[in-house]
Amino acid sequence: MSPTDRFIPDRLQSPLTRRVKSWETLLLAVAVAIFTFNAFASPYFLNAWNLSDATFNFTEKAMIAFAMALLIIAGEIDLSVASIVALASTAMGAAAQIGASPAVLVVIGLTVGLICGAFNGLLVTVMGLPSIVVTIGTMSLFRGISYIVLGDTAYGGYPAGFKFFGQGYVWWVISFELVAFAVLALAFGVLLHLTNFGRAVYAIGNNPVASLFSGLRVGRVKFILFLLTGLMAGVASVCLTSRLGSTRPSIGFGMELEVVTMVVLGGVNILGGSGTIPGVVIAAFIMGLVTFGLGLLNVPGIVMSIVIGALLIGVIALPRLWAMWRG
Amino acid sequence: MNRYLQSREVILSAAILMLILLISLRFPAFIAPANLANVFNDTSPLMILAIGQMIVILTKCIDLSVAATLALTGMVVSLLNIAAPDLPLVVTIMIALSLGAVLGMVNGLLVWKLNIPPIVVTLGTMTIYRGVIFLISNGKWVNAHEMSPAFKALPRHVFLGFPLLSWFALAVIVIAAVVMTRTTLGRAFYAVGGNPHASVYTGLNVGRTQFWAFTISGALAGLTGYLWVSRYAVAYVDIAGGFELDVVAACVIGGISIAGGIGSVGGAVLGALFLGVIKNALPVINISPFWQLAISGTAIIIAVVLNSRANRPPGRIILKQSEPAA
Repeated sequence: MSPTDRFIPDRLQSPLTRRVKSWETLLLAVAVAIFTFNAFASPYFLNAWNLSDATFNFTEKAMIAFAMALLIIAGEIDLSVASIVALASTAMGAAAQIGASPAVLVVIGLTVGLICGAFNGLLVTVMGLPSIVVTIGTMSLFRGISYIVLGDTAYGGYPAGFKFFGQGYVWWVISFELVAFAVLALAFGVLLHLTNFGRAVYAIGNNPVASLFSGLRVGRVKFILFLLTGLMAGVASVCLTSRLGSTRPSIGFGMELEVVTMVVLGGVNILGGSGTIPGVVIAAFIMGLVTFGLGLLNVPGIVMSIVIGALLIGVIALPRLWAMWRG
Repeated sequence: MNRYLQSREVILSAAILMLILLISLRFPAFIAPANLANVFNDTSPLMILAIGQMIVILTKCIDLSVAATLALTGMVVSLLNIAAPDLPLVVTIMIALSLGAVLGMVNGLLVWKLNIPPIVVTLGTMTIYRGVIFLISNGKWVNAHEMSPAFKALPRHVFLGFPLLSWFALAVIVIAAVVMTRTTLGRAFYAVGGNPHASVYTGLNVGRTQFWAFTISGALAGLTGYLWVSRYAVAYVDIAGGFELDVVAACVIGGISIAGGIGSVGGAVLGALFLGVIKNALPVINISPFWQLAISGTAIIIAVVLNSRANRPPGRIILKQSEPAA
C-alpha cells in the first residue's frame, strides 16, 4: 500500500472507545497513578486534613485556569493574571488600612480584577494588538503599580471576617476555597460546553475570520473572555490575600506560568480551538498532588518545578513521539 | 527620505536622545561621556540577549528560557572555576557558548522535530533549567571569594578605554548585523517568519531554521551567563530571574513584530538601550527604583501600539458598495 492511500473507516469509533482513548482519560490515569504512588510513598498522605491542605496548592490557580482555558481556546492568552492578583491585593490592602469591611474588600478585589481585564481586552480587541505582547506589558504595569504603592513595605491588618475566604471551612475538611473551586468548575464547564457562547469560543479559536463572516461578534466575545479572566484573577486574589493575611508587591509572582501549565496540561491546545474544562480540573488535581506528594517526601519546591516543567513538555511530546514511532 | 524618517530605528534613536537631554537638563553629569559609556556597559547583557531573542521572534517563535539558560550556564562555569581555577578563560567562554547552544538546541529540537508550540517548550525548559541549577549547586551560592581573580576580572578589564563587557556586546552586534543582512542563514530567518508557506516552496526547511534560531539564542544566553556571574561575582539559583521579560520587552520596543519576519539588529539594540537609559536614569533623577517596572510596562504597551500602527495590513473588501440607483 502506498503511503498516499487514505482510508475512511466503515464505522467511526464508538463513543465509548473515543472516551476511553481521550486525553482526559489519560490524565485521569496519571492522576490515579500519582495518588496511589503517594499513598504508598508516605504514611502521612492518606489523611483527610492533609489532603484538604493539599487542595490549597491548586484551588486559587485553578480558578484563574478555568477562565484562561476559555481565553486560550479562543486563540488569545493573558500573561498578566499574576500581576492582576498583586494589584487587586494591593487595592484591598490599602482599603483595609482605612477600615473597610470584608464585603467592601471583596467588591474592591473583584472590581480591580474586572478593570484590569477590561484594560487588556480593550487593547487586544479595540486596538487589535497581539495579546501575548500586550499582556507582557500589562504584567509589568500592574505589578509595577503595586511596587510604586508598596515599595518594600507590606499591608497587613485585614479584618477578622476577611479570613474566611482563604482559611475558612464550610463543613468538616471542606474549605471555602474548595467549594468555590467546585462551583466555578461547574459554571465554566456549563458555559463552555453547553451554551452558545461556548460554541462561539471554539469557533473563534478554530477560525476567527470565518467566525466573523458567520456573524459572530469576535471582538465582543474576546473582550468578555478578558473580563472573565480579570474577574477570576480578582477572585483568586481575594482567596490568596485572605489565606496569607498580608500583601507584598511580589504576591503570586510567577503564578501565570503555573496557570498556563495547568491549562496546557489539561489538554487545551495552546494554538486555540480545542480543550475541555474537565481536562483542566484533572490537570489541577495532578499538579496539586505532585506538589503535595513531593512536599511530604521533603523534596524542595524548586525540584518540584522540574517535575512540573517535564510534565508540561512530556504530556505533549510523548503522544507525538509515540505517533512518530508507530509511523 | 520620508521613509527614512519614519523608520523605527530613527524614531527610537530620537526618543533615546530626547530622554538623555531631558535628564541632563537637570543633571548635567548624566550626559558626560564616561556616564554614557557606563550606561552602555550596564546594558550590554540585555543587548546581547535581545539580539538572540530577535532572531527567535523573527522566525515566529519565542524563547522564554533565555534567563534560565543564562543562570544555568553561569552556575556551571562558576562551579567549573572552583574545580579548576587555572582553566584558561578562552576555554571557559567556549564552554559557556557551547553549553548555552546545547540548551538552545533542546528547545529547537522540541520545536522542530515534535512540532510543540515554542511558548510551551520554553515555558517548560525555563522551569527545568532553573531546577537543574538547584540540583547541581545544592541550592548553595558561589560567592566572590570562591572565584579565581582572573575569572572575575575579565568583563571589567579595560581595553581601548572600554570594559571588555562592552566589547563583547559590540562584537555580537557587528557579527549579528552582518549575519542577518549578508548571509543566506540571516535572510532565511526573515523569510521563514515572513511567510512560512512561501519559504517551504523556495526550499527552506522552516523547522531547521527555527532550530538554528534557538541555538543562536541559547549560545548568546550562555555567553551572557559567564559575563553575568563574573561581573556580579556571584552565582545562585535565581540570578537574572524574570529577565526574559526584559529581553522580550527590548525586542518589542525595538519594533520587532511578534508575528515574525519584521525587525532588525539595530532595533533590538536600541530597544535594549532605551530600557537601559531609563533604568540608569531613575536613581539619578531621584525616583524610587520601584517605578521601573511600571515604566517599562508602559513603554512596552506604547511600543506595541506604535508597531501595530506601522505594520497594519489594509482591510479587505469583500463586496464593493453598490452604486446608488440613479
